[in-house]
Parts: sequence; C-alpha cells; structure tokens
Amino acid sequence: MTKTLYEKVFDRHVVQEVDNTFLIYIDRHLVHEVTSPQAFEGLRLENRKVWRASSVLAVPDHNVPTKNRSSGISDPISKIQVETLDKNCEDFGLEQFKMNDQRQGIVHVIGPEQGSTLPGMTIVCGDSHTSTHGAFGSLAMGIGTSEVEHVLATQCLIVRKAKTMQINVDGLLTPYITAKDIALFIIGRIGTAGATGYAIEFSGSAIRSLSMEGRMTLCNMAIEAGARAGMIGVDQVTIDYVKNRPFSPKGDLWSKAEKDWKMLVTDEGAKFDQVVMIDINEIEPQVTWGTSPEMVCGINGSIPDPKDFEDETLQNDYRRALDYMDLQALTPIKDIFIDKVFIGSCTNSRIEDLRDAAKIVTSKKIASNIKLAMVVPGSGLVKLQAEQEGLDKIFLDAGFEWRDPGCSMCLAMNADRLEEGERCASTSNRNFEGRQGKGGRTHLVSPVMAAAAAIAGKFVDVRDINL
Amino acid sequence: MNPLRIHNGIVIPLDRANVDTDAIIPKQFLKSIKKTGFGPNLFDEWRYLDQGEPGEDVSKREINPDFILNIPRYHKGSILLTRENFGCGSSREHAPWALLDFGIRVIIAPSFADIFYGNCFKNGILPIVVTKEECDLLFKKCENNPGFNLTINLEQQKVIDGEDEILFDVDSFKKNCLIDGLDDIGLTLKDKNKILEFEKVYQAQFPWLIR
Repeated sequence: MTKTLYEKVFDRHVVQEVDNTFLIYIDRHLVHEVTSPQAFEGLRLENRKVWRASSVLAVPDHNVPTKNRSSGISDPISKIQVETLDKNCEDFGLEQFKMNDQRQGIVHVIGPEQGSTLPGMTIVCGDSHTSTHGAFGSLAMGIGTSEVEHVLATQCLIVRKAKTMQINVDGLLTPYITAKDIALFIIGRIGTAGATGYAIEFSGSAIRSLSMEGRMTLCNMAIEAGARAGMIGVDQVTIDYVKNRPFSPKGDLWSKAEKDWKMLVTDEGAKFDQVVMIDINEIEPQVTWGTSPEMVCGINGSIPDPKDFEDETLQNDYRRALDYMDLQALTPIKDIFIDKVFIGSCTNSRIEDLRDAAKIVTSKKIASNIKLAMVVPGSGLVKLQAEQEGLDKIFLDAGFEWRDPGCSMCLAMNADRLEEGERCASTSNRNFEGRQGKGGRTHLVSPVMAAAAAIAGKFVDVRDINL
Repeated sequence: MNPLRIHNGIVIPLDRANVDTDAIIPKQFLKSIKKTGFGPNLFDEWRYLDQGEPGEDVSKREINPDFILNIPRYHKGSILLTRENFGCGSSREHAPWALLDFGIRVIIAPSFADIFYGNCFKNGILPIVVTKEECDLLFKKCENNPGFNLTINLEQQKVIDGEDEILFDVDSFKKNCLIDGLDDIGLTLKDKNKILEFEKVYQAQFPWLIR
C-alpha cells in the first residue's frame, strides 16, 4: 500500500488505537521556560516521574534578555520563570542549555543545530512553531502545557490522525524570492485556517532547491496556515545537514539511519486529501499589511479595499485591521514607512538568513527615520558563526544593533518591544494586534526585505536595490 | 479538572473572527508559573485602555467601556459566542486558563484552531462547533435579548434555547473525559505495559533515535 510521508512517520509511532484516537510514541521533547512550569508542577503534585529523561532537551528562550546578559535578568518575574526551568531540569535530571551557555538559543533553532532533530522522529514542544522540525521529514507538533505534562509522564501523546495536504511549489527559485515569501504567499492563498486539521507536505522542484534553513522557515509557518505539522521529504540536503551534529548518530548507527531515512518520502501514487499547486513565478517578495498573516500581498501590490469582499465577517476583519494598522485601503505597499526593523525569531534567525540580510546592508546605512534596527541571532552558535564571517561588523556599520540570542521582539516577552503606534518590518511569524508590544504595528517580511526596508526607511522591492 | 455534563449560562457575544491567543492573554502574563489568576487579564488589550502588567491591581486600570466583557450583564457570563478560527496562533494553554479563570465553560464558534481546541478539553472547557448560519442566529438572539442564556447538554450533544435545539459533534473520547472530569495522564498510564512493550521493540528497530 502506498503511503504519504505523514502516514509513514505516524504509523511507526502508534502504540495503540481506540476508535480513531491514537496513542503515539514521542522521540524528542523540547522544553522552554514559558509553557513548562505548570507541567512540572503537575508531575510533582501527582508524584510522577519523567518517563525518558534523555528524550528531553530544555532551553530558556522566550524571556531572556538580548543584551547585558552577563548581569542577569532584571525583570523579577521573568527571572523566576527562567530559574524555575533550571530547578525543574535539575530535579528531573534533564539536559538544559542555560542562558549563558553558548549553545543556548531559540528552541527551534538549537534542536536542528544540535542534531537533536532527526528524520523520522516524532517531536513535540509546548510551542506552536514546533512545526519547524518537520523540515527534516519528522512529525513535529506544537502542544499545550497539559500535553507537555502528558508527554513527560508517559512519553506518548493522544492524537487523532490529521488529513493530508500536499502543497506543491514548482519552478526555478530566483534570488530574493525566499522561503518566507513562499510561506506568506501560501497563507495568503489558503488563509490562516486553510490547513486546520491537516498535516501539510511541501513538495515540488522549488522546495527541493531550498536549503535546510529555507525548509525550516517554510515548515515553521505551516502553523500560521492552521496546520499542526508541516513536513518535507528527506533528500541528500537533509542528510548532509544532519551529519556530524553533536546528537546525530555516528559510525555504524549512522549508516543504518541514513538507509532508513532515505525511505522517508511520499510513495509514488500515494493520495493526499487535498492538493494545492503553486507556480513560483507567481510569487513576489511578500509584505503583510494587516493583523493576520493571511493579510498579505506582493511588494508591488496595494492594500485591498474591504468593500470588495462579499463576506461580512471578512469585511469587518479587514476594516478592524486597517484601523489598527493605521492604513488606508488601496495604499501601495511601497508607500509604507517604518520605524523599526527586527531580524530574528524561530522563522528567520539562522545563519543563512543573516548572511542574506548582511549582503543587502553591506556598505550602506539605515535610513534616518529608523529608530531601531536589530539583529537577534537564533542561537549562540549562529552568533559565533556570523561573527567569524564578519557579519556582525557589517550590521553594526550599517547602524543595526547586534544582540544575544532569544525570541526577543517576535513576541516581546522581554524588554525588546514596539511602543504604541510604532511600525516594524519584522522577519518573525505573527502580525497579531499587540504581538510585538501593545499598539505596535507589525509587517512580516523576509530577512532581505527587512534589510532593504531598513536602508530605505520604507518598503521597497529588494530586487530593485542596487548591490 | 471540573467535569461538565449540563451547563446553563449567560452568552457573551464576541463578534470577531480569527481571535488569536495573543489577544486572549497577552504575552506579559505568560511569565506566571501558575495555572490560575489569569481571569482579570483575559482579553487584556481590548478590555483595558492602558498597558497591563502582571501582578497589577486591575481595579485601578482604565476600562474600555466599549468592550463586551465590560458590560455589567456579561460579568457573570459563562458561554462565549464567537466567530471563525477562534484561538489561532500560539499554543499557550494560558488562553484556556484565562477563559476558565474568568468563568467561561463553553465556547461556541463556527471553527476553532487545532491546538486551542484540544487545550480547552484538557481544562474543562467545552468548545462547540456550529454552522455559520447557526452562529449568525445565536448572535441575533443575543442582540435582541439582553441576558440571553443557553443550556448545553454534553451527554446529548445539544445546545438548547427553549424549544430550539442545535445538535453538535464531539469526539467520544474527549466527551467522556469531560463528562467524568478525567485526567488523561492517569488514563494513559493504565496502559503503561503497552508503552513499555512498544518502546522495547521500537528502540531495537530505530536505535539511532534513542539518546
């Protein structure tokens, strides 16, 4: 019987099934400080142990400061949360990269970086962007805190089988049309609930030619289309990335693993519940204009007029969004000026993202209307690599701040945030009201588009920038 | 977890689609290491005009008089009526914790985001999916009838308004857990030996995944 990639990985992990409710075994559990304290507390109250401590890798990322880290966390409530993770990891014997460990970083950056994310795995984390890890041909899902506790205690998760959606992106990738643009374009097309109940598999020639960093960006955003998981079949690019990482198998185990992983692709003729076909040539650099990732258009487009939509709920949604964003219908995207630039987050903070953005800003200065432009590398190791390549110098010379790794202004739980009314070009994943700070206005873009916006002070087509 | 079998309550109409979990409970309140106390900050950025901080006394804050939860008749509401894709975005379980802490036990909408939907059941909240037409009708009834209330019968899977009834679907496993207030972990651990058996075979088959 032919199977999709999702079915192959899912079926390997089924412990039992009762009336279409499955108990599936979890290989890797990533833990951070925000969604785990109540889970550990639950274990303590019931006197339960962690089932397989070696399956867990923990890291603080949401709350950590991105500057002056050596002097500790000044926010007392954030400090308690990070210290609580320290204590929980000690009490339950779990491996953690602490705040000042060079391997610390955003949970979805360090997992793959360490080889802790491997093809064929089931991976969970109390964080919706866990879908990132599906780039490796693994089944990776964001879960709630009750489920974090459940996986800690039982090594299993209770799930229903998802429907399967294939999103096929064909065509030749051209410079500056990035994985982020593909992701935003897809969300614009199918909507933020377009893939609810589905596991997406991304395929097609354009996807095959993406690097692992690009694939992670794409799978990361699958959740913004409503999918709990995004996946990409294993190929040589996957295997080359995984090889020789600290947690990757070595020697004889590596050879066996590699042989197995090559089978982690959808069988020819396997059926998906839904198929979406996209031609890469349709995709321009994307910019969101509203308060949901589906409110997006190409850089050469204009903001739509709510009047042009029949559905009343949608009309109201669009009007409210334009009001919050302080934008008028039919405004060209290129007429939007910005105050701040954020390059970072689990979507776009990997070495390739920083290299691409650095190319755009080399020997240039940020525009005079930009109050703050910051680069927040995804991990200590990404930061180190970037510094070895001199990227920090390029950003600093251009007027960017060069920070320490963490989630930072993607969700503004630490001190990095927008002030009321400020407008930001951001490489993060959500443009919800207040996401980057109460009253802050977020436009989601790729790293190269954010870099270009920093130089121009407004949105421009990165393809028009004279390099 | 508090069981839910039959519930009667005042319906709070929140007429917005795509309400995300950042709106339900903003990030600064996620720093708490408890499951309770989030109620006063439910929908914080819509409910108050000033910026809220954790631990602050909300009675001293500037209220947004236009927001639905600030209308006195809804202070004791326990059924939230809303629009498509409720609970999208972040997986934060603080969202259902905040709703529950405020007193919400039932949410009615045409659709929910996946992770949020699951998180509700784990905390004794019943999310009910109705059709868009049924949802429109309920909004109309709220508008025409201040203090509009509904009875939810989970066993019979019915939303009851006097003579009018709406039947809804619910996963049988989730339904039974909610009716009995059962803890998933305890249930799963009853099958501990099955997990151990599976693990043994699995680890022998895929030893490279075990570290």
